[in-house]
Amino acid sequence: MKISEIAEILNAEALCCKDKLSDEVFSACASDMMSDVLAFVKDQAVLVTGLCNPQVVRTAEMMDIRCILLVRDKHPDATILALAESKGIVVLRSPHRMYIACGLLYNAGLCGGEHCV
Amino acid sequence: MSDECIRLEFKVDSENFASAGSASEAVKTQLKLLGINSHDVRRVAIAMYEGEINMVIHAKGGTAVVEIYQNRVDITLADRGPGIADIDLAMKEGYSTAPDNIRELGFGAGMGLPNMKKNTDEMRIVSNPGVGTTIYMKVNLT
Ligand SMILES: Nc1ncnc2c1ncn2[C@@H]1O[C@H](COP(=O)(O)OP(=O)(O)OP(=O)(O)O)[C@@H](O)[C@H]1O
Ligand SMILES: [Mg+2]
Repeated sequence: MKISEIAEILNAEALCCKDKLSDEVFSACASDMMSDVLAFVKDQAVLVTGLCNPQVVRTAEMMDIRCILLVRDKHPDATILALAESKGIVVLRSPHRMYIACGLLYNAGLCGGEHCV
Repeated sequence: MSDECIRLEFKVDSENFASAGSASEAVKTQLKLLGINSHDVRRVAIAMYEGEINMVIHAKGGTAVVEIYQNRVDITLADRGPGIADIDLAMKEGYSTAPDNIRELGFGAGMGLPNMKKNTDEMRIVSNPGVGTTIYMKVNLT
């Protein structure tokens, strides 16, 4: 799925790295705990989260995650976006809540990794 | 095989949580530039980032020394924080003394030390309560 399709499905706005919206991603994960992302995520390219601080970007960078989807209309500050931009990580913002955002993406065929079909 | 290495040294500052992880980020960038495969790069990045975050949230900062050899990366994280009284207990998944304000930042699940162990080929913790903690990690490059 293209990152732009994710944005469309979730009514999301791209906040940085707009040149990467046509990149393809194949799986996603969701968590507000970066500890869990670091410990359990394998090769998922999209991180759905309600947490909005620079460590979200750093965690994504360490895990080679290419797109961060902020739920519940979170407003990242300039530091966060500058960091994401410099790392080439797309940040999307959606009005949906976590559960709905995940459900919509899963329904649209974005799997959770591990057992992707 | 030569014993030459690239040595990187960082001061890990705890004043500013926003900058936590910048040393790990610099190491990751360097390893990528050296053309090391992404699997190995990620193992080093995860182990070091977990350790760096620990120094920031549990030990008021410290120093990180990274030595990149042909076939391995050595990481030494040293702090003068409170130390770890019971290392076996600290290594257990889910054990954390992190306060709620840390959990609100997305950390404090008690997964860091076990994850460091998982992503390294050797790990040794030397800690003295009241004096500080030093963690040595080695990641073999494949
Ligand atoms: N450098 C350190 N100095 C003092 N205590 C530490 C240090 N690193 C870890 N600890 C202790 O060991 C515990 C377990 O560490 P670990 O990294 O596994 O979990 P955490 O940091 O609490 O949470 P998480 O890593 O999941 O965000 C910590 O809660 C803390 O009590
Ligand atoms: Mg930790």
